[in-house]
Amino acid sequence: MKPAAFKYHDPSSVEEALQILAEKENSKILAGGQSLGPMLNFRYVMPDHLIDLNTVSTLDFIHFDDSIFSIGAMTRQRTLERNLELKKLCPIFSEALQWVGHYATRNRGTIGGSLSHLDPSSELPALCAAYDAKLVVRSVRGDRIIDFRDWGISFMTPNLEQDELLTEIKISPWHESHGYAFVEFSRRHGDFAIAGVGCLIALDSNQNIKRLAISIIGVASTPVRLFEAEKAVIGNRLHEDLIAHLDHEISLLEASNDAQTTGIYRKKIASTLLRRAINKATQRAHQSLK
Amino acid sequence: MKDSRKIQVEINGVIFERMIETRMTLSDFIRHECGLTGTHVGCEHGVCGACTIHLNGQAIRSCIMYAVQAHGQKVTTVEGLSQPDGTLHPLQQAFKNQNGLQCGFCTPGMLMTCTAYLEEKSDPTEQEIREVISGNICRCTGYQGIVNATLEIANNKSTNGGA
Repeated sequence: MKPAAFKYHDPSSVEEALQILAEKENSKILAGGQSLGPMLNFRYVMPDHLIDLNTVSTLDFIHFDDSIFSIGAMTRQRTLERNLELKKLCPIFSEALQWVGHYATRNRGTIGGSLSHLDPSSELPALCAAYDAKLVVRSVRGDRIIDFRDWGISFMTPNLEQDELLTEIKISPWHESHGYAFVEFSRRHGDFAIAGVGCLIALDSNQNIKRLAISIIGVASTPVRLFEAEKAVIGNRLHEDLIAHLDHEISLLEASNDAQTTGIYRKKIASTLLRRAINKATQRAHQSLK
Repeated sequence: MKDSRKIQVEINGVIFERMIETRMTLSDFIRHECGLTGTHVGCEHGVCGACTIHLNGQAIRSCIMYAVQAHGQKVTTVEGLSQPDGTLHPLQQAFKNQNGLQCGFCTPGMLMTCTAYLEEKSDPTEQEIREVISGNICRCTGYQGIVNATLEIANNKSTNGGA
């Protein structure tokens, strides 16, 4: 239960970190350490080089300019939970972050780490999926901007080359009056989600759905948006047949059986959570219209 | 060649300078290099909470942090809660009053979690306390005594106007 030996690096700038990442083979980035730490202690991963980003001070920030949140990759989950501007404009973050790890782990865990680790049960990827976040990825070869829908390649594998580092996450809050909800289910509070649903919904003056985003975690190997079903229900009023449409897209997801539970069970839970999330979000949408 | 560094960490107001391997966890540093065995190691992967300490005032898991990362930082362990003359921290006294411990293995982690939380919210509800200790496992007490102890402090703080 102790890590295998590694060479520890403590760069003081992003550029220095990128240089080390490009030069050293078999290196891992250490962000909050709340997911990587256990893996190192179990010797599930044995990097030759550990690049500690905690010594780089320029990646921990939340800026709001031109109606867009720019969030540094090393921003702690705790900071996200408590940021007043984010709470006001993207309240789903506060709601979802209650489910992320525990009180002490949120003091260290980061949004960049969570997105790069990309555990299928993680909550922060669900939010980035709902908001179509744009991810800024850097390397010594240059920068890229990746749409969140292109981020998850496969199980715990994001769209990152070996020498690339996620540095920033850009989120555009919804300007129109809207409702939100994040719900998740696990057998014990704080366990990895069996399934979770994030929902953002805006209604027009006739109470028809004007805009909708539904993201699902815990079911497929990466976080998913129900893009097809969302498009199909726009312009309609919320009712059971509509939810069946969304449900159908969940049923098409590939969910495998694992030590915890079966894929079928995950989908069933997701369907129930979908109803809870969309109803809660719709209620909040009505309230915000008043 | 072992990858080693000389580090200086302030723990409970005392600076410890040691030469250690970079892969040494903060919990092992605190226990074996500094002799402060109040911090316990349970799961060594961040879920049981027994290793919880304060880093710069915030509750964190010392088992998934490396000692090198604490270089130049301020750590508080359970030994730092009581006064030099042995007077217990009010929460420790409350644990005593309320049967908040049996074997005591989870207790340092519980104390460090709750003291950090009470700094942020001086009057938590029972539900909020249960939520905050959800990251600390106790095999003995069934948690009620721990919750009662924390509530005792919460109520004292609100009735005494924060005294």
